[in-house]
Amino acid sequence: MLTISHVGRRFPNGTEALRDASMSLQEADFVALLGPSGCGKSTLLRLIAGLDQPDSGNLAWDGGPPVAGDIGFVFQDATLLPWATAEDNVFLPLRLRGQSRSAAAPAVQAALARVGLTGFERARPRQLSGGMRMRVSIARALVTQPRLLLMDEPFAALDEFTRNSLQEDLREVWRSAGCTIVFVTHSIYEAAFLARRIVLMTPRPGRINREIDSPLEEGPERRLSAAYAALVAEISHSMAAALH
Amino acid sequence: MKAAPALFGLLALALWEGAVRLFDVPVYQLPGPIAIVGAFLADPVGLLGSLVSTLAVTFAALAVAAVLGGAMAVAMSASRLAQAAIQPWAVALQVTPLPAIAPLIIIWIGQPFAALVVCATIVAFFPLFANTATGLASPPAELNDLFRLYGAGRWHTLAWLRLPAALPYFLSGLRISGGLALVGAVVAELVAGSGGFASGLAYRILEASFRLEMPRMFAALVLLALAGIVMNFGLGAIGQMVLRRRGDG
Repeated sequence: MLTISHVGRRFPNGTEALRDASMSLQEADFVALLGPSGCGKSTLLRLIAGLDQPDSGNLAWDGGPPVAGDIGFVFQDATLLPWATAEDNVFLPLRLRGQSRSAAAPAVQAALARVGLTGFERARPRQLSGGMRMRVSIARALVTQPRLLLMDEPFAALDEFTRNSLQEDLREVWRSAGCTIVFVTHSIYEAAFLARRIVLMTPRPGRINREIDSPLEEGPERRLSAAYAALVAEISHSMAAALH
Repeated sequence: MKAAPALFGLLALALWEGAVRLFDVPVYQLPGPIAIVGAFLADPVGLLGSLVSTLAVTFAALAVAAVLGGAMAVAMSASRLAQAAIQPWAVALQVTPLPAIAPLIIIWIGQPFAALVVCATIVAFFPLFANTATGLASPPAELNDLFRLYGAGRWHTLAWLRLPAALPYFLSGLRISGGLALVGAVVAELVAGSGGFASGLAYRILEASFRLEMPRMFAALVLLALAGIVMNFGLGAIGQMVLRRRGDG
């Protein structure tokens, strides 16, 4: 789907956020970008989204560059329009593509249903919990049926119970939607639970250090399995070695 | 609890009246509340007519300031060139003392009502302009990124993100500017009144001070203060109603 080759980015203040980053994304992939703060995870995500441009290297898309709606983005904060209902927030990407409300209604309803928010269509963001707001944000990203869903530490500000629940729901969404997900996190446990491939990044300057394929099987006991514990241990050791 | 402000006001008025009587203060120095009410009742039509005249200038100026301030803030947010061109002049307008330029404006414009509206608009303009500009720039970077990601053009971003985000700021500016428009109208009337325009409450205050009719002067002042309070609460209530209807809570 996307090949990233030797990409670098230096900000105008001189900070080298990313150096010589190379990786590829396959269709229906689930990749976690894992690393401490300042390792260029979010910068790489913004480059993939086209919200920023690399100073060196290139990003080559199979079948040409993405058009509006091909990429969904979920930020750390839900970043909803506070004056709009959940329904209107989810409708926004389709509205920006020129669709009428009536034409977009089935897709909006389906996106809200996919994240378990049927019945909350008319609720305003302030009437929803942090987890529900994040679900609206995910529904908004899914409503255009994107090929690629980019998520920048979306669960970092949530409590552990909500986070676990959303992680499980996100895997369900990924399986049913069939899109590729790139998920930025600094939680080893989150990366190990969610992704099929974990990309370890190190800071100063931000680099891709190593990729680890997840051996975990699908299933309800995924978080409790010995394989999960082993994967967490492997990632922890790899990250410790990379950082020192 | 709700009656506390009214009870405190009544107590203050009673103390004021009592002190004036007890110390036998001459009415041309400080009239008591009863004398002020008497002065109002002696010519309610004249004083209320002047209040209407002042309020007409105030609301006209507020409307012009809202349109101009909003439009210039939008222009400034849409273009760096417009920002560079507008901002210094807006600040210059804010820091220029109205009494210093009001005589010129009155001479240049000639038509009294229009001249007073221009003067009051100058005072009321800046909070609306500055608040709206702040509101237009208030959406977080992530929301701007989101609109870019979905291919939103400048006008869609303005219509569906920046203008709605600016609404609470604009309404807050409207409330501040309401009081300032009244102040601007009164200052302009004071300048105009001394030039021979007889209309608003400020002119009544000048006229009464020249004649040492202190109770009438105080009656005009009280009407002005009441008008300012009603405007402030009224514009605040309208703002809250608009935001509540939009769902902001």
